[in-house]
Amino acid sequence: MTALAPSPQPAAVAGARDVTVVSRKAVVASAVITALLALLVALAPHSGSTSFRFSSETDLFRIPDVAVPGQATAWVCVVLAALVTAAMELSVRRGRRVPLVLSAVLALLLIVGFLAWAGAGSDRDFPVVRLVGGSVLLAVPIVFGALGGVIGERAGVVNIAIEGQLLAGAFSAAVVGSLTDSPWAGLVAAVLAGALVALVLGLFTITYKVDQVIVGVVLNVLVIGLTSFLYSQVLVPSADRLNSTSRFTPVAIPLLSEIPVVGPALFRQSVVVYLMYLAVPAVWFALYRTRWGLRLRAVGEHPKAADTVGIKVQRTRYRAVLVAGGVVGLGGAFYTVVSVSSFGKEMTAGAGFIALAAVIFGKWDPVRAALAALLFGAASNLEGALSIVGAPVPSQFMLMLPYVVTVLAVAGLVGRSRGPAAAGQPYVKE
Amino acid sequence: MSTTDPYGHGASTAAGTSPEAVPHNPATHVGPGSEADPAAPAPADDDAARWRAALHRVFAGGWAVSVGAVLLAVLAGSIMIAFTDEGVQSASSYFFARPLDTLQAVGSAVGSAYAALFRGAVYNYRADDLATAIRPLTSSLNFATPLIAAGLGVAVAFRAGLFNIGGQGQILAAAAGAGWVGFAADLPVVVHVVLAMVAGVLAGAVWAGIAGVLKAYTGAHEVIVTIMLNYIAFYGISYLLATPGLLQAPGSANPKTPAMQDTAILPRLLGERFTLHAGFLVAVAAVVVVWWLLNRSTLGFGFRAVGENPAAARVAGIDVRRTTVVAMLVAGALVGIAGATQVLGTVTTGFSYDIDAGIGFDAITVALLGRSTPWGVLAAAVLFGAFKAGGSTMQASENIPIEIVLVVQSLIVLFIAAPPLVRAVLRLPQPQARPRRGARTRKAAA
Amino acid sequence: MKLELRGITKRFGALVANDHIDLRVEPGEIHCLLGENGAGKSTLMNVLYGLYTADEGEILLDGAVQRFTGPGDAMAAGIGMVHQHFMLIPVFTVAENVMLGHEQTRVGGRLDLDAARTRVREIADRFGFHVDPDALVGDLPVGVQQRVEIIKALSRDARVLVFDEPTAVLTPQETDELMAVMRRLKEGGAAIVFITHKLREVREVADRITVVRRGRVVGEASPTSTDAELAALMVGRAVELTVPKGPPQPTPNALEVQGLEVTDPTGAVVVDDVSFTVHGGEVLVVAGVQGNGQTELAEALVGLRTTSGGSVRLDGTELLGRSVRQVLDAGVGIVPEDRTHDGLVGAFSVAENLVLDRTDGAPFARGGVLQLGLRDRFAREKVEEFDIRTQGIDTPVGRLSGGNQQKVVLARELSRDLRLLVASQPTRGVDVGSIEFIHRRIVETRDAGVPVVVVSTELDEAVALGDRILVMYRGRVVGIVPASTSRDVLGLMMAGIPQTEADAA
Repeated sequence: MTALAPSPQPAAVAGARDVTVVSRKAVVASAVITALLALLVALAPHSGSTSFRFSSETDLFRIPDVAVPGQATAWVCVVLAALVTAAMELSVRRGRRVPLVLSAVLALLLIVGFLAWAGAGSDRDFPVVRLVGGSVLLAVPIVFGALGGVIGERAGVVNIAIEGQLLAGAFSAAVVGSLTDSPWAGLVAAVLAGALVALVLGLFTITYKVDQVIVGVVLNVLVIGLTSFLYSQVLVPSADRLNSTSRFTPVAIPLLSEIPVVGPALFRQSVVVYLMYLAVPAVWFALYRTRWGLRLRAVGEHPKAADTVGIKVQRTRYRAVLVAGGVVGLGGAFYTVVSVSSFGKEMTAGAGFIALAAVIFGKWDPVRAALAALLFGAASNLEGALSIVGAPVPSQFMLMLPYVVTVLAVAGLVGRSRGPAAAGQPYVKE
Repeated sequence: MSTTDPYGHGASTAAGTSPEAVPHNPATHVGPGSEADPAAPAPADDDAARWRAALHRVFAGGWAVSVGAVLLAVLAGSIMIAFTDEGVQSASSYFFARPLDTLQAVGSAVGSAYAALFRGAVYNYRADDLATAIRPLTSSLNFATPLIAAGLGVAVAFRAGLFNIGGQGQILAAAAGAGWVGFAADLPVVVHVVLAMVAGVLAGAVWAGIAGVLKAYTGAHEVIVTIMLNYIAFYGISYLLATPGLLQAPGSANPKTPAMQDTAILPRLLGERFTLHAGFLVAVAAVVVVWWLLNRSTLGFGFRAVGENPAAARVAGIDVRRTTVVAMLVAGALVGIAGATQVLGTVTTGFSYDIDAGIGFDAITVALLGRSTPWGVLAAAVLFGAFKAGGSTMQASENIPIEIVLVVQSLIVLFIAAPPLVRAVLRLPQPQARPRRGARTRKAAA
Repeated sequence: MKLELRGITKRFGALVANDHIDLRVEPGEIHCLLGENGAGKSTLMNVLYGLYTADEGEILLDGAVQRFTGPGDAMAAGIGMVHQHFMLIPVFTVAENVMLGHEQTRVGGRLDLDAARTRVREIADRFGFHVDPDALVGDLPVGVQQRVEIIKALSRDARVLVFDEPTAVLTPQETDELMAVMRRLKEGGAAIVFITHKLREVREVADRITVVRRGRVVGEASPTSTDAELAALMVGRAVELTVPKGPPQPTPNALEVQGLEVTDPTGAVVVDDVSFTVHGGEVLVVAGVQGNGQTELAEALVGLRTTSGGSVRLDGTELLGRSVRQVLDAGVGIVPEDRTHDGLVGAFSVAENLVLDRTDGAPFARGGVLQLGLRDRFAREKVEEFDIRTQGIDTPVGRLSGGNQQKVVLARELSRDLRLLVASQPTRGVDVGSIEFIHRRIVETRDAGVPVVVVSTELDEAVALGDRILVMYRGRVVGIVPASTSRDVLGLMMAGIPQTEADAA
């Protein structure tokens, strides 16, 4: 076979060149965003102070509320952000990648600066604990969705059906949780439902080699149709029996939950949130440090090479897709056993697509993707916060943010994204 | 089957994409006409063989699979109806005592559902007069109108190797454009409606063009970009609808536009009793234009060449980037027709951010069922339009949720996308030839 | 370990790729499998390696019949393969690539990378390879990547080693080093199958030679056979390696390339200060080992690649900075290196492909409207003239054989009014009959007074077709020499040694 292929080009060389290139685009993007914030602050100055409330009623140590002059704080943040950008530039000049921590600090500075500007002069204060906690909570399905997306794509299966898997998870968790009166059973059902959707995805994309994007898109419609149909036809008539779950209640983790600000925000949550904290490093470990992960990534990068060393490509992909579906399903359970206790039509409202965005923005890395999901969760949460202080930013633009950022990311304006080389391609074994 | 490479880096895997799936050894390749068949069959046999071959082509080819897929999906829909029907459920509780009752209940549930579908989509045999009786048919065509236009938009992009998932955003943009001209401008009859249509078409084209430009000049994959643009359009329109002085109706707190002016409304084709409006004619005209464009024009030749093999197109002097942008502009313009006819013909009392009503995604299924050919899109759109019209009647008279239409529709597409599955289930012959290389996708041109 | 293949038959639909092939390889022997491109060598090895299942026949190792359901079984049985297209994952390290498929793990399922590193170093030391186990494979030069492939095979204790066209991407020097490695492996008792179509290599290293043609074993030959004998066996008749052509009759019109420079996206200079002139009525062959900038040079000439310096003048007019369309309109014919990828749209009909680059204006399009009648008449003519074997002009070009596909490309390009022809690898993967036809048409074009640039990695083709030969090495011109230059000198030049030194050597 190989002798008949027309051009004996070395397979490895072309793909590898991308690896060594250090992109300056991240720096450029940081500079642009920092400049935009500076412009905003300069052109629309707000007088007055902004107050941040750091403690909740039950805290052991209470930190006093902080009121800062909004405009000045915003300027300080802009300057600091500019410094961070300069640090990024330095690291790029030395031929290194921009450290993840710098990007995170920059994001934090920009958010604080923006809030300080937006809240200046308002008589309401920003409840920081609620803001952080709310962001984490809103991010839960997105993080699980993104983790599932990362696993699937690393194995070479593009998963546009994250939305459908979330929805299927939410639906099953509601029904099973109601029938058994146990949120744990609901959780398990959600995992199975996510995996079931993944099985269909696998059947069509891996076995029948149908275009992955088409199957993903259609699966979303199918799951929306099925759950909405069953909701109207079955759940509504007997809502008490089938659609009112008991929920997980928040559990405070001893000690950790007493840390000021962070404790109440992050460690007085329900078990699903704690599962999320565990899932991110677990997926990272599994992908980069285990045999399963090595083989999975091999299959996603160069399936034929994997085949020639005796790895069953299709079986590996099936397993990866099923695991990914289960992880996403877990995120779906969040809607019905954590957030509210009943299922509603199309209740995931596009979170699956934000998760897809997080996968790309996080460059197919579980940790980065989870951080991106957090950022997107925070953006959605800011909408609420800004309306509390009556800030002059239309909420629609905050909600739009994740999508705009993703468009910029895939357009290469925010660092170059390179996905697994064989993602989207069915493996045809002649 | 070719593949989609959603992040535009397929070119970096040289070995993974070796273009030859089956070795063609020139030594054993028997060119037609290069050797005479030593035992030529008798004429009678020849005829029979030709007939068999033709039959085989029909069943192994597209149409049998399409019909089979529709049948299978409808069957699945019937099962769903039967399982969730209360009559069936109560009868099945004593299934082993009187199994016939259950079967009867299944029959009556499914039967009455499809009777309602037929009444709602084709011909209402319960109606008193002919006009009422054929109203469902016109209503089906009315539902089909935006599906035809948007389906063409997806199909044209497919043929150029682009996957346009952005129908929703393009419809919203077009609705905003057409709607704004429709309610805000004061223009004479005819001119007004034409200008409003043009505004909608342009808005759709621009919105899709963004994805085209990003694809062409930065390599951003159009699947991701169009999905994101859907949401950006959604929130953008939401903002416009919530802001007085932009799209929001004056004196209202609802996110809704004012009604269209009379001069901007597409005329009804069959009088006021029927909802069918001139948008249908525009959509059918678009089918003809797209057919001509794809098969007879140099522009369409470029689309198809780029869609099938962008690398070869580039070597042949076709500007792949420009073609990509133009293809998305044309696709967006076609989807724009759908958005414009919605606000100028179907929902003329002012619209909100739900004006898309799933048409953007339906268009994908229409294009797939229609195999990305203009006439196929027309047929598929009419079928799905009938489903939609009939689905409402089913919901109203039989209490079957209209979402069943979504299920049937998505199953049809899944089955169509996997011909071996349909052939296996329906025991149709498997084709000898390799699957036809669909125009729907392409390797990244990098 | 002794390897034996008995009656291996493999069919792809109607095509018989392997027809009852028998092969025996003893331990401590290098057995050459010689055959043209497409003779079925690689298919046979893929059967041996478990990638394909044979329709008939059996595989024996030390006399025991083997059943392979996949490469895993073959590897477990002691068969290793160095693939023509390296089966390495560019974003993995050397150690990760070597361990893939038989990973050792530590407690908690953690990969034992240390063990893999040790293994890599151990094998590398044994053969004197300099390979860093933690280097990313994608960053390594091609020659080193091949060593990683060898280490990969050896790390599984392979005792039958298959080298599938291993020298295609190597310089002559790297090739010599590879030969040395193969000899050392042989001394270690391995049974080695060496697949190639290059006669020099065969005679240098083989203990026994089996020649395959059209999927069948056509005979055995001894390493002492002459090139002509081996070539005749390989292609089935005495091959005329020369192309009948008269002496060049240069005309004043010319392609002048001055200081051309091409930089690839990573910033590497792949075409470095290349200058040459080709007059009308003359064929200049650009020769060199694959990957020394010839592809990029050809693409730059026709506007397919942006350049970072220099000039390309055709009859005095600058071509650089023009779009492909403008270059085509200037009368440049392009035969791309990879016809299925760059030359043809496989799903389009023969007729559509014959006008692929001519639909922007008259005569095949008027006012944006395709002139289908004219196109079809033209297509029928060309099918006749170029002897393109096809069912009809509506047949998708993807269904044609390689040679007939190449004729479609050539027919399209040669039927325009050419002022320059740039043909890359015009006969790669093409059957012998078509090769002669294609060479003849290229010479006819030359004789019509058109300057012709041919890029070829086949020395035979370069010598046969060229009036002058330009040898490239690492993006630079090593020298431009007459086609009568001896092969030894040309070989050394392809390794980067200038002609003056090569003559001395």
